[in-house]
Amino acid sequence: MDYQRITLLCGHYGSGKTNIAVNMALELRSRYERVAVADLDIVNPYFRTKDSAEDFTRAGIRLIVSDYANTNLDIPALPQDMYALVDDRELHCIVDVGGDDRGAYALGRLSPAIREENRYDMLLVVNRFRPLTPDADSVLEVMREIETAASLPFTGIVNNSNLGPETTPEDVLSSLPFAREISEKSGLPVVLTCAEERVAEALKGKIDNLFPMHLQKKPV
Amino acid sequence: MKGNEAIAEAAIIAGCRHYFGYPITPQTEIAAYMAKRMPKIGGTFLQAESEIAAINMVYGVASAGKRVMTSSSSPGISLKSEGISYLAGADLPSLVVNCQRGGPGLGGIQPSQSDYFQATRGGGHGDYHMIVLAPASVQEMAQLTIRGFELADEYRMTSMILADGTIGQMMEPVSFDFEIQEAPEKPWATTGTKMQREHNIVNSLYLSPEVLEQKNIERYEKYAAICEKEALAEEYMLDDAEIVIAAFGIAARVAKNAVNAARAEGIKAGLIRPITLWPFPEKTFKKALGTAKQFISVELSMGQMIEDVKLATECRVPVSLCYRVGGMIPSPEQVFAAIKEAAGKAGE
Repeated sequence: MDYQRITLLCGHYGSGKTNIAVNMALELRSRYERVAVADLDIVNPYFRTKDSAEDFTRAGIRLIVSDYANTNLDIPALPQDMYALVDDRELHCIVDVGGDDRGAYALGRLSPAIREENRYDMLLVVNRFRPLTPDADSVLEVMREIETAASLPFTGIVNNSNLGPETTPEDVLSSLPFAREISEKSGLPVVLTCAEERVAEALKGKIDNLFPMHLQKKPV
Repeated sequence: MKGNEAIAEAAIIAGCRHYFGYPITPQTEIAAYMAKRMPKIGGTFLQAESEIAAINMVYGVASAGKRVMTSSSSPGISLKSEGISYLAGADLPSLVVNCQRGGPGLGGIQPSQSDYFQATRGGGHGDYHMIVLAPASVQEMAQLTIRGFELADEYRMTSMILADGTIGQMMEPVSFDFEIQEAPEKPWATTGTKMQREHNIVNSLYLSPEVLEQKNIERYEKYAAICEKEALAEEYMLDDAEIVIAAFGIAARVAKNAVNAARAEGIKAGLIRPITLWPFPEKTFKKALGTAKQFISVELSMGQMIEDVKLATECRVPVSLCYRVGGMIPSPEQVFAAIKEAAGKAGE
């Protein structure tokens, strides 16, 4: 996909934002010299982009994350260098925003600068198989809540419908009408449909804007 | 879906329409899910002012005969323990979820199994037990939640789901295709006399020591029946197992990988995964003594379940411990190394 300077990933918690952020950052690094991935998740202290810190260092990607991520400190802390996202306009960034509208409040602090520069995409990550977003209307509800909290409008949809390691190509195909309906009702394009590499292989040529993903963690 | 969400949705399917709680990592998704869902289905979600308030609200709804639950994580369960003892003293059915984190004290937010003693020995004051169910997958989080409500109603006691931060947070596909036992008639519930019957009184205070003694004895007769009927364990490669791992919850998933690795090297290893921690599946352990040369208890604690393993096997063969604590999780390699060491000793 064509990346803006800032790509913001928002969505219901557990929709797959972190995995997508990691994969996008690695792709972005193949095109630009200066790339950062920022973790603004103040909601979930468990799954963090920091889990991939070694991969980022190796790829020369800057990680903007709270010092307290992946520790035992359970407070909603933001990274001290988060303003680099808006101050450094040569930096290409993927921003992993926290779950739901609660997480998106953290973005509100940066949104005036992001709006003013206007080189951003804000993408809603959706997974049809998540319990509280099984249909387009429930997704639109979440979408409006996030936009209000973040003070930024969405620019696109990322369809990340999956059932974890049990996902089949048919599962992904069955989510396409769901993504289309969200797109029609919101007036926003489906910019990507994600699938884990193995599933994506079987879907080649069957889906527009297919985004094969290498998963961060293997199931136990 | 997430393990915590599976618990919440299963509770709704089981007919629970009252949830009282207070946020704490790593179980907050249960409360968050209930906050979204309960208003839409005519239920009650209430974020209480504390864990103590929440458990006493549970006491209230349970007295009125409705399926009710609360959830928390380790420090919060300590706060609830007084109320859980009152629930036991009043013979009230309820479901309490403990999504454990590292302790003691405030400890940490990462997964742990160090509330085993607290769960299986009561936690609060007095002679009582809870039925303690230990899920090892997101599917079981759902399944055991439903079973927990059923057992609580059947025996008029508290069922506890003893999960941990890993299973609470991890995501797996879940099927909710369950057959649900409806809640039984509860003629003891305080539902209003409508001037048609005597008052029902729900209380844990007994003025006469003779009556209180009798109440305790009756309760323990009920517990004995539960031990006989309801103990549950998964057996894995146990038939000829010489090295038998005991592990529950997430530790059992790690241990299973180690058992597979051991079998690949020709070591006769097997696994007992207690699904009910109280009642403890003693019979399964006694059966394993037929071939077992050593037991290894794999735990996310400094060694708590190991005591029940020793009791169940009457220390007839050695029982060793393999553990990580503080939010750390043993690796399959660590467990495999413990199996190899035990096999070496057994061969001497």
